[in-house]
Amino acid sequence: MTTFVWLTIVTALRILQRNRLRAGLTMLGIIIGVGAVIAMVSIGEGAKLAVQKQIASMGANSILIWPNYSMVSGVRGGQGAVITLTVADAIDLKKKIPLLAETGWSRSGSMQVMSGGRNWNTNVIGASPSVLTIRDWAYSSGGPFTQTDMDTAARVALIGQTVVDNLFESGEEPVGAVLRLKNVPIRIIGVLSPKGQSPSGSDQDDVVIIPFTTAERKVLGTSFLGSVNGIHVSTDRTEDVFDAVEQIREVLRSRHRLQGDRPDDFTIRTQIDVAKVQEGTSETLTGMLLAIASVSLLVGGIGIMNILLVSVTERTREIGIRMAVGAKRLHIMMQFLIEAMTLSMVGGGVGVLFGVAAARLTSIIAGWPTVISGQTILTAFGFSLVVGLFFGLYPANKAARLNPIEALRYE
Amino acid sequence: MVPLIVCEDLWKVYRVGDVEVQALRGLSVTIKEGEFVAIMGTSGSGKSTLMNILGCLDQPSKGHYRLGGVEVAGLQPDQLAEIRNQKIGFVFQSFNLIPRTSALENAQLPLLYRGLSLKEQRALASVALERVGLKGREHHTPTQLSGGQQQRVAIARALVTSPSLLLADEPTGNLDTQSSDEIMAILKGLNRDGITVILVTHEIDIAAHAAREIVIKDGQVLSDRTVQDRLS
Repeated sequence: MTTFVWLTIVTALRILQRNRLRAGLTMLGIIIGVGAVIAMVSIGEGAKLAVQKQIASMGANSILIWPNYSMVSGVRGGQGAVITLTVADAIDLKKKIPLLAETGWSRSGSMQVMSGGRNWNTNVIGASPSVLTIRDWAYSSGGPFTQTDMDTAARVALIGQTVVDNLFESGEEPVGAVLRLKNVPIRIIGVLSPKGQSPSGSDQDDVVIIPFTTAERKVLGTSFLGSVNGIHVSTDRTEDVFDAVEQIREVLRSRHRLQGDRPDDFTIRTQIDVAKVQEGTSETLTGMLLAIASVSLLVGGIGIMNILLVSVTERTREIGIRMAVGAKRLHIMMQFLIEAMTLSMVGGGVGVLFGVAAARLTSIIAGWPTVISGQTILTAFGFSLVVGLFFGLYPANKAARLNPIEALRYE
Repeated sequence: MVPLIVCEDLWKVYRVGDVEVQALRGLSVTIKEGEFVAIMGTSGSGKSTLMNILGCLDQPSKGHYRLGGVEVAGLQPDQLAEIRNQKIGFVFQSFNLIPRTSALENAQLPLLYRGLSLKEQRALASVALERVGLKGREHHTPTQLSGGQQQRVAIARALVTSPSLLLADEPTGNLDTQSSDEIMAILKGLNRDGITVILVTHEIDIAAHAAREIVIKDGQVLSDRTVQDRLS
């Protein structure tokens, strides 16, 4: 039987070679199908990986709490219109919830910063030192400010790469230089490593971070001391994030004296929520693209079936001869199945090359990240084989059921 | 000794639309091993139907056909394929070689379905081609061969399995006189080597090469005698 299979494969290849144009056109469907599946999955996987990286850049275990609207005599202000969160809230959370590893707080505002003759409008964040830990910032030069800086409202700043690019010539060392924020001179002590875009699309590197106290007293100002527009906390383990969220809600509601069904005056957002939404989106997208690509594979399969039916008719006499000299139904069936699978296999192989090339090109031209995994390639290739087998069954069965006498007489 | 072929009361009834055609009507014939028999008859006499049944390509509607003592009537298609592969060699009027395929591979074909290794297949096919005088033309395709040579490839293909029965259906119908004589000489040689040959023809001088002549008419045996008897 193995000799039979090998010889039949050789025969099938010879027939393909003989009808190159026809075989090529037939395989086109499979080539496009397999290529599309690989390209689409690569793009989808790339998008997913990019999202996961972004999530990690935000700190996977971190929880952000920001103030909600407030309601004064039935008039609802916009988000953050009235500051309802305070430093005291943050300190109390840390005291009451042992699950929390780090607790920090911040205030931010948009502001013109100057250095030398240049200026740039950026996001100035006043943060407690633990915010730096929670957000997992790294430094491309210099280092973070300390609790002492915080206690003394030191005039020190960390700046993001975008700010560096806009205020300094390339090659110029920012660390040690002096920025002016609202005419307050502030020394740069560190440059933050680039993080890229946040999941919501904002530039995480367009930032100047100064100690919270410095911001509150000297730069941003405040309506009342201790008001914050963000509390950042983190847990040691990702599994604890949801329990922590519940406990934070309880503590804050009791501190803010929110009773019964009065709504929260704050919003809690975890990175896991963001991750879920983002992964859901990219999975839906991948699924849709995959469905479209599969249709192409299906059409390719129909093409194979069509050409095989033609082949069975053209070679009716050959089938008759083979039957006359002793081919059983299974032999005839296998011959055409092997031909179908050879077509789909060669098509699948070329499709893999096209798919990989398409994914690479997408990366190069559009700049989208793509991930080509061996598993994707194997699945797409295997799928093309199954398509060949499935769509080969009908023509092969048709050939095997021919009556040898009629087949021999066929002109 | 059991005769190679025993046909008893063979009937074959076709239905063409509403019309019932009785191709064979209670035909009986016995052929012993080693015979050289010519089956003659006009078109529509039923000789092609008989040929198909004897070659296990078709089944009788009624009656018995025993080949080498084995009852063939009622066997399944795959069982018939097995018998064709083991015991029967076919030679057709139109050669029926597989196009664009070398003489050697054409001659190998029946062995492909026996599960022999490629080496064994090639060796046996080479011997068969040599026997019909085609040594050196193993790699020619049918279009590169003359009609007579193509028919010789077909004979090699029929021989390659060492069948007990060789069925030749108008083997010289598409050939000129010289090629016809060559083919008939080969068939006679094979018969001398012990193979039973059944020759279906409507040409009386081709039938003259055989030892026994059976004439079919209206699905029954009209006459069954030795060629010598007819000639005398």
